[in-house]
Amino acid sequence: MTETRASWNDQKIERIIGLLLRVGVSMSAALVFVAGIAYLWQNRGARVSYQQFHGEAAELTSVAGVLRGSATLDPLALMQLGLLILIATPVARVLFAAFAFALERDWLYVVVSLIVFAVLMATLTGVVV
Amino acid sequence: MTTLEFTIVVWLGSFLAGFLGALTGLGGGVVVVPMLVLLLGVDIRYAIGASLVSVIATSSGAAAAYVREGYSNIRIGMFLEIATTVGAAVGALIAAKVSGGAIGFVFGLTLLYSAFLSRHDPSGHVVNKPPDALATRLRMNGDFPGSDGRQSYNVYQVPGGFGLMFGAGMLSGLLGIGSGAVKVLAMDQVMKIPFKVSTTTSNFMIGVTAAASAGVYLSRGYIDPRLAMPVMLGVLAGSLVGAKVLVRANVRVLRYVFAIVIAVLGIEMLYNAVTGKL
Repeated sequence: MTETRASWNDQKIERIIGLLLRVGVSMSAALVFVAGIAYLWQNRGARVSYQQFHGEAAELTSVAGVLRGSATLDPLALMQLGLLILIATPVARVLFAAFAFALERDWLYVVVSLIVFAVLMATLTGVVV
Repeated sequence: MTTLEFTIVVWLGSFLAGFLGALTGLGGGVVVVPMLVLLLGVDIRYAIGASLVSVIATSSGAAAAYVREGYSNIRIGMFLEIATTVGAAVGALIAAKVSGGAIGFVFGLTLLYSAFLSRHDPSGHVVNKPPDALATRLRMNGDFPGSDGRQSYNVYQVPGGFGLMFGAGMLSGLLGIGSGAVKVLAMDQVMKIPFKVSTTTSNFMIGVTAAASAGVYLSRGYIDPRLAMPVMLGVLAGSLVGAKVLVRANVRVLRYVFAIVIAVLGIEMLYNAVTGKL
């Protein structure tokens, strides 16, 4: 390993991953909170019930649908977008780990990280449903 | 209840769940789901959807703090995540196929088992065996900051741990919980990884595991933003406060009380599942 390679040690990777996670969670929580206030303001006095399961509107069950709804500033879609950012945070961390392992020239763990990433993408894009 | 009242009640309950979950190390999910289902009459599918999202929030939030301490082992975590993510996808698909009662039944059993597990203290095992060949090839052996400099450790029984991790992932996907207890069991008891490394690495893995079932939950309509919003914000805030208090709290007594609460919730969940109320 050369000096520049050595600077990409596990501790440094984990610190950057820690930062990535914090930023993701903060962004998500802030968006969900603001959109949630807007939703509660719009629906003050209304009643909700979750005793019967009836699934969600199509707009809220896919990434494309949530993005479409968010573009119209619909509070429900924006809340869901915040939740999607949250779900994307660990996915981003896996991808970053693959990248960092490549810098360390640890090819075995580049492959391991990419397998995990592939499983996540398969479920998130709806291949496995 | 009006929407506003309902949201505030759910937020407060989720805050408490996140707080207790962080203090006891069991995570918020195991309390949030029974609270929503048993106390507020929420359908179990919406409950596990909201819980799963909150699990990702706490895992990512806490992991950010843990990684700086240098305990978690990123290689062990990543390798075992192959097992937990595939397991989680399978678990989420099973959740979509079976009835709410069946999910509730497994949930009840899991609560009782968690209550049982949380009584016993971590094993301070010291292993004096030569390094395991497979673990060495996978570069899993590592070190962590001990009382006198960095302390090294070896990892054993990778296939056994991997198998149990698949089970942990399945449970997470089926019930919308982090299943940190099973993950710690696999690493601490089976793979002989030091307890502190096991718990922090487990916490690190929980978010990735949950993300694998989140996609299935989303497309099945289990994630309702109206419910997930107060649950996620509440559990996250509760767990952050819990982690701060943890340093000063008497965890032994607390764990004991929490174990009883969880056992009672487990029995009630089983009762409701068997009598067809879920």
